Amino acid sequence: MPIDPSYLEYPHRSYGMDHEHYAWSMLTSRSPVAWPDNHRLAVWVNVAVQYFPLNQEGKPFAPVGGMTTAYPDLRHYTLREYGNRVGIFRLLRAFDQFAIKPTFAVSSRLAERYPYLIRRLVERGDEIICHGWHMDAPHFGGLDKEDEAALVEKSLRVLREATGQPVEGWLSPSRSQSEHTPDLLAANGVRYMCDWVNDDMPYRFETAAGALTAMPLSMELEDRFIIQANLHSETEYADQIIDAFDYLYAESSSTNGRMLALSIHPWVLGQPHRIGELERALKHIAGHDSVWSAGGMEICTAWQAAQA
Amino acid sequence: MQEDPGLYAYWPYENRPKITWPGGARLAFWVAPNIEFYELNPAVNPHRRAWPRPVPDVVGYATRDYGNRVGHMRMMQVLDKYNVRGSISLSTALCEHHPEIIELCKERNWEFFSHGIYNTRYTYGMDESQEKAMIEDAIETIRRHTGQQCSGYLAPALTHSDITIDLFAEAGGIYTCDLFHDDQPTPINVRSGKKFVSVPYSLEMNDTIVYVVNKIEPRRYGEMLKANFDRLYAESEESGLVMCIPLHAYQVSHPHRLRAFEEALEYITGHSDVWVTTGREIAEYYLEHHYDEAVADIAAKGAA
Repeated sequence: MPIDPSYLEYPHRSYGMDHEHYAWSMLTSRSPVAWPDNHRLAVWVNVAVQYFPLNQEGKPFAPVGGMTTAYPDLRHYTLREYGNRVGIFRLLRAFDQFAIKPTFAVSSRLAERYPYLIRRLVERGDEIICHGWHMDAPHFGGLDKEDEAALVEKSLRVLREATGQPVEGWLSPSRSQSEHTPDLLAANGVRYMCDWVNDDMPYRFETAAGALTAMPLSMELEDRFIIQANLHSETEYADQIIDAFDYLYAESSSTNGRMLALSIHPWVLGQPHRIGELERALKHIAGHDSVWSAGGMEICTAWQAAQA
Repeated sequence: MQEDPGLYAYWPYENRPKITWPGGARLAFWVAPNIEFYELNPAVNPHRRAWPRPVPDVVGYATRDYGNRVGHMRMMQVLDKYNVRGSISLSTALCEHHPEIIELCKERNWEFFSHGIYNTRYTYGMDESQEKAMIEDAIETIRRHTGQQCSGYLAPALTHSDITIDLFAEAGGIYTCDLFHDDQPTPINVRSGKKFVSVPYSLEMNDTIVYVVNKIEPRRYGEMLKANFDRLYAESEESGLVMCIPLHAYQVSHPHRLRAFEEALEYITGHSDVWVTTGREIAEYYLEHHYDEAVADIAAKGAA
């Protein structure tokens, strides 16, 4: 099939990005960011508390971590449920043991289904952010804007009502967005989103409804990515987290902090044979002085304050 | 379509004319950082989709953008520390988008070679005049922004036609990184009859192949690099060889990966008799000192 001559035209071939979402900038060229108490490294642990419906439609793509067999896929449905019933409580103990302050990204549908779990997380006082309606309700290019607006509004409203928290952070299911998602998030009171994994620090993200802060939640360091997608062992997982921590700790200073963003899943690390390796990584992190374990909004706020 | 690309004759590894490198070095070692720009919403090529998900594919795009925002500077620090000059496989539109990165490479006297315009514009489906225009655009962009004559080619996203290498040779190029058939430079047959060589790049040591395709653990990648080096170094006692490490800052420069790479680089550059060089310097030296002998040997063995 021949190629249209327009294939050799490059309308965005000019300085900066090929879109208007954010300004081009290199990490090394930015003004320094000092964290509270001049801690060198902010450690942001984001726990994805997810609901995967059994009757998954998988359109336009199957959710990451979703059902894979013909209906009813009881094996994957229940393995994911294991995270919400059992695994998360192992994670909570590990966080408390090492004084790690987690942030929970919750599928809003869970607030309707498992009010006990939501109450338990709210009582801890940790920040809760919205992880979309559920894992089979993706935001994607081509999704009707009105439909997406209703999806965003419902997801945030239900979770805010269930938690009593402002719910100012957002992680899209499967980290997928449409061309309208950031605009809709900003219009609905979201202040930071975690999907764009193009940096090791927060940055300003423009929308039609005002600026958001992009808080890059590393996918390369995600438990699911390392263990389930790459098929590395749980020991390897902990080694990689430790190596990442050591690298960023060395790169950071008291006047120019860095951020270690860990994305974890109760259905991955909450398994009995894996939790010990998470604990090993957290112990390593907690063994360093200049570490600030903080929620996503705290880090976002501190970063914003440093931009003035 | 043809059964064989027609670029080289079979030429067994054993009993070749001996290759020597400058200063009596045994092994030519080069590092090829890919400095790439992927478009968020590129023009559609009917033969290959740019992104697996509907546009905007946030994860795919942002993953690559990490290299430009964060990764290159980290990689440069490591290469500087061990006195390695990069040979950049360049999405040449990056000269326009991110000139700051180009300046940092120029300051280091790194080599620039063509990796197309964008890594989201594929050769598939182009006719000869279109591919020629793309190749000449890239060469001219490198000349305009860096002052360098582009010598090498790695096709954008490794997408080729049957005449990609012919066209690049006719546009003034002298070497390609697109072929993985040997551990030594080899003469390449191009339709113009110009002298042209393949310089060993490596798919097996390429961090993106390692991390994305083969899903290798970071520390194991460091061990693989050392093992690759050890064997090539040992064999190069008999005749000169080439080792290449192709890199992508959006892969190797992540905080859980860079240290393992650095350890391997420290190990490799800690050996004597290693010519730490660039793709162009290997190609030029080979063309001047070994090309003719290789062509004669290939012809003799083909006739035997």
